[in-house]
Amino acid sequence: MSAPVLSVRDLHKSFGAIKAVRGVSFDVGHGEVLGLIGPNGSGKSTLFNCILGQLSCDRGSVEVNGASVSDKRPCDLNKLGVGRTFQQLSIFPQMSVLDNLILAGQEHVGTMMGRLFGKPDAGLTEEANRMIDFFRLGHLRDTMAGSLSYGQQKLVDAAMAFMASPSLVLLDEPAGGVNLTMLANLKERLLTYNREHDVTFVVIEHNMEFVMSLCTRIIVLAEGAIIAEGSPDEIRSNRTVIDAYLGG
Amino acid sequence: MFKRLNLLAVPAVLVFLILAPIGQGNYMVYSLSSWLIFVIAAMGLNLTLGYAGQISLAQASFMGIGAYTTALLTMTGWPWILAMLIGVALCFVVGLLLGFPALKVKGHFLAFVTLAFNTLFFLVARNEDWLTGGTYGITGIKRPSLLFLATSKPLPFYYFTLFVFVIAALLLWGIVRSPWGRAFKALRENPIRAESLGLDTRRITLLAFAIGSAYGGLAGGLIAPLVQYIEPGSFALGHSLRILLMVVVGGAGFFFGPLLGAAVVILLPEALRFTEGYYLIIYAVVVIALMVYCPTGLMGLGHRILDKIRPRYQVRGDMKQGSQL
Repeated sequence: MSAPVLSVRDLHKSFGAIKAVRGVSFDVGHGEVLGLIGPNGSGKSTLFNCILGQLSCDRGSVEVNGASVSDKRPCDLNKLGVGRTFQQLSIFPQMSVLDNLILAGQEHVGTMMGRLFGKPDAGLTEEANRMIDFFRLGHLRDTMAGSLSYGQQKLVDAAMAFMASPSLVLLDEPAGGVNLTMLANLKERLLTYNREHDVTFVVIEHNMEFVMSLCTRIIVLAEGAIIAEGSPDEIRSNRTVIDAYLGG
Repeated sequence: MFKRLNLLAVPAVLVFLILAPIGQGNYMVYSLSSWLIFVIAAMGLNLTLGYAGQISLAQASFMGIGAYTTALLTMTGWPWILAMLIGVALCFVVGLLLGFPALKVKGHFLAFVTLAFNTLFFLVARNEDWLTGGTYGITGIKRPSLLFLATSKPLPFYYFTLFVFVIAALLLWGIVRSPWGRAFKALRENPIRAESLGLDTRRITLLAFAIGSAYGGLAGGLIAPLVQYIEPGSFALGHSLRILLMVVVGGAGFFFGPLLGAAVVILLPEALRFTEGYYLIIYAVVVIALMVYCPTGLMGLGHRILDKIRPRYQVRGDMKQGSQL
């Protein structure tokens, strides 16, 4: 088996007396789509934020492509090929869809001074248009992102995560608040991107149908610790998971 | 539509600025020069506040640093251009340093940090007589002579100020159109997301302060030879609030906002002088009404009016592909 793209070892994070993440360890392989599920407050988002440098962990280590990223800032992680989406809508509402996409890629082009004196679009219009078309947002290219529907903004958010050609993308509840038709479109696009570019996904999601059909492996968290791990079918029939999360 | 209007507006504004002082008396030409100088200071604050979303109540202190540097150096024989550039560079560095608190505190806490800096500058300028002349200030500042152009008279100085203003505006236009401008807006709209997309938000925050402050320094480098006298009171907190008012009234985050905002703050009181004792009352009521009914400033008001003129029935782009999106 090739070296894991993401390796998390014995991660701990507390907020005062509350232990949000307790000794979580797992690996994610190249091109894998891993789901992280669990009830509210189980530590999924805290785990995400620790992996992505948004929160500093109390103990443990995180490696991306074999390099330790425990002390890296989110911007450094992005430059190492890690993209992410957020649970809450996280776009730039007063910019057009095209500008949102260009912004998502511009820091990976040339030097800082070069970007000041270079092209206004950092030479990314073509690439951004390709990504916009891939997510079927072509008709909204020049629309202010803030005026789009919730679901469309979710698609823009997802498209932005892919602009810098990442090797690993962490998706935090991509299906939240998205209607069924658009959800099917989002899932199909994510799977196509995964297949065509061999990108690794880690997905936090509450929508069981979505996560079971998208992911190849699932980890279940409860009270900050892993309680089960396996294929979607194994998780569906796991008694501990049914008791703790899925219900009878 | 706005792009087309901008294309028409730029030459129209330029022609207006060239023709505005012709036939006017010395005082009006002086006021117009003062307006352009405050526009430069407000353009800098507009970058820091309007584009990058970082509040600053210290812009007048940067005008002060630029003005004192330019005055002191030109009075010892330095050419204006070099003295001004040193003042601008000094403001850039001090602005960079003032940006560091912005990495830790936001909103009204940051406002108080910058307010304290402005007060600190005022106290230093007032108390360090050996350097600044204390409360008496510095008098007899010469206006620059550049090659064949002597700017000692009001009209040549106005055109000299206009030339510097155009260069400053073009530079700022270049910055806000570049990926840096996009990064500044990203910092304002969603700094956490911006950081996750690879933007070094610390560096961008510091740059927003540094560049904005440098524009304050440039304005100071022009105000010193315009007034030919500087004293600490000219750069006190009240003036920072006036520059903030220019940005907000004009429309924060709009490129042409400072031009309109500074016109309201500098030129409107002059235009209302015929009302004699009532002009400040009328001026205050106009500003209050504008802020209550149009918090996005005059540029925002313009956009709202244009939105009303546009066709009411526009085909929604997102319906073209049916319900799938």
